[in-house]
Amino acid sequence: MDLKPGVRLRSPVCEVEAIVIKAPPTSIDLRCGGHPMLAIDATPPAASTAEPGFDGGSALGKRYTDGEGTLEVLCTKPGPSSLSVGDKLLQIKEAKPLPSSD
Amino acid sequence: MHLAMLLQMAADGMSDRVAVGTLAAPMTMAELGEGSMRVGSFLAAQRGDRVGLIDLNSEAIPLTLFGAALAGKPFVPLNYRLTDDQLRSIVARIAPATIVVGEGIAARLGDLEDIVVVTRQELLAVARDAGQPLADPYGGDPESIAVLLYTSGTTGEPKAAVLRHRNLASYILSTVEFAGAAPDEAALVSVPPYHIAGLSAVLSSTYAGRRIVYAETFEPASWVSLVRSERVTHAMVVPTMLNRILDVVDVVDHGGLPSLRIVSYGGGPMPAEVIGRAMELLTGVDFVNAYGLTETSSTIALLGPEDHREAFASGDSAVRARLGSVGRPLPTVTVTIRGPGGEPLPTGQRGEIWVQGEQVSGEYLGAGAGAADGWFHTRDAGHLDQAGFLYVHGRLDDVIVRGGENLSPGEIEAVLVEHPAVLAAAVVGVPDTEWGEKVVAAVILADGAHASEDELRNFVRARLRSTKTPERIQVRAELPFNETGKLLRRVLREELAAAFVSPIAS
Repeated sequence: MDLKPGVRLRSPVCEVEAIVIKAPPTSIDLRCGGHPMLAIDATPPAASTAEPGFDGGSALGKRYTDGEGTLEVLCTKPGPSSLSVGDKLLQIKEAKPLPSSD
Repeated sequence: MHLAMLLQMAADGMSDRVAVGTLAAPMTMAELGEGSMRVGSFLAAQRGDRVGLIDLNSEAIPLTLFGAALAGKPFVPLNYRLTDDQLRSIVARIAPATIVVGEGIAARLGDLEDIVVVTRQELLAVARDAGQPLADPYGGDPESIAVLLYTSGTTGEPKAAVLRHRNLASYILSTVEFAGAAPDEAALVSVPPYHIAGLSAVLSSTYAGRRIVYAETFEPASWVSLVRSERVTHAMVVPTMLNRILDVVDVVDHGGLPSLRIVSYGGGPMPAEVIGRAMELLTGVDFVNAYGLTETSSTIALLGPEDHREAFASGDSAVRARLGSVGRPLPTVTVTIRGPGGEPLPTGQRGEIWVQGEQVSGEYLGAGAGAADGWFHTRDAGHLDQAGFLYVHGRLDDVIVRGGENLSPGEIEAVLVEHPAVLAAAVVGVPDTEWGEKVVAAVILADGAHASEDELRNFVRARLRSTKTPERIQVRAELPFNETGKLLRRVLREELAAAFVSPIAS
């Protein structure tokens, strides 16, 4: 699917929701629980479940990247399934904390 | 990303944390989320395209800010210290609108066309009313306008800076770790709600999960007592506030501020002696100098605690000088220094500070995008050093042009305040028949100190050159600052011109 910053997506298999922070101009096979993510207002198919290996969970407020710095999504609703591009799991982006300035 | 989503994440993920309030009267994140959704549906149903606010600080600030976001209407906090005429004129500009007002404001506004007034008490009642419908939790388009902020207008007609949801949300996402605050953290917010720092404090604290404690307005003794009674860990101050706080802690009661961990400051140049005094008096406190503008959604450069300690302890004058810098640009923004024709200047040279990044708006209402080429021209003078530290030298518009030579008031002011008798100094240019402009200064002397005009002029001449030496220096009891510590140079220029310029030259 074509992703651009600000696009919101939901998992087809659990409660996970995410928003795109950064995306490459090419089409991306973004998945949750091993299945393609859906538009935020789409109705998830009945009775699908996460594939083994894609059930590690997604944590609220964590940013996930593809490790190449081209894709970044923010988890806005947590759930038991994991985000991936194709079969490759996304990684939590460890942000270097800035001191609070306001 | 829309601000309503930041709130929703905080309300979902940190529901039991306290969002705002005192230890005795806390409002949780879940309550802030639900209250804002009630206020959102209420504001959506009101007349008008905008939501104004003219009030002191209270929990009505986050409720109205987020409520307006959920209602899909720009939030427009206004300066309650304006004169009645100025206030009415700005309110008329934002009509049709609903305006949340504090005590006594409705009477000051009188009847205005297409303006609906809601009191703070009425708004808080809406937020608590279980019968009020809830707005859709996820607001709308990230491109829509989140906030209109009328800039302080030190140079003339106020204009409204436009901050879109994506600008503010991108600032928060790139600077704040979600739920990153320790559970006992509390931020004391004493800057007014119509200041960008007052808004970014709400957004940062909510996303970090840090309790906001409001001071209705800044007063040094009550600020100190709030820090102690509310076990405040974080605070943001402008330079004039910090010195007055230190007076209370140092001179009046010696009580210290043991709960305090981080003090950030910004909003104007901080005299080196004030920050040095703060670092000596408030041991255990980390200091952060933040530089930013309304048009950049708050902070774009930071001098962090380590930078402070390193500079403070260093014998190397270049490192020591960093205490006078605003630190390094945030990793998510790009800062460059440009000449008058927009040409990039070499490291170390002074020019105009330009900035680029997702959080940068640079847009004014009715004037199109100011950052059309992707760069916001800040109109601040500055330079970058070899290590990437940014130094700000005041507004470009304040540069004095004397006989074709550009002089920076900040440089001359910095020398004047080094004189032991001088507490504060301001330098401006006034009309001059021979030179176009001439340099004049106003100083406030320390209690009981004396210095003649000639002595001060000689002091500057010995350190700078004669063209940078003020031709006249006025000793005064006070300087015209606005309430956020910004020197009103236009006012001072008029006053000094009246004192030092013969009628023919002006």
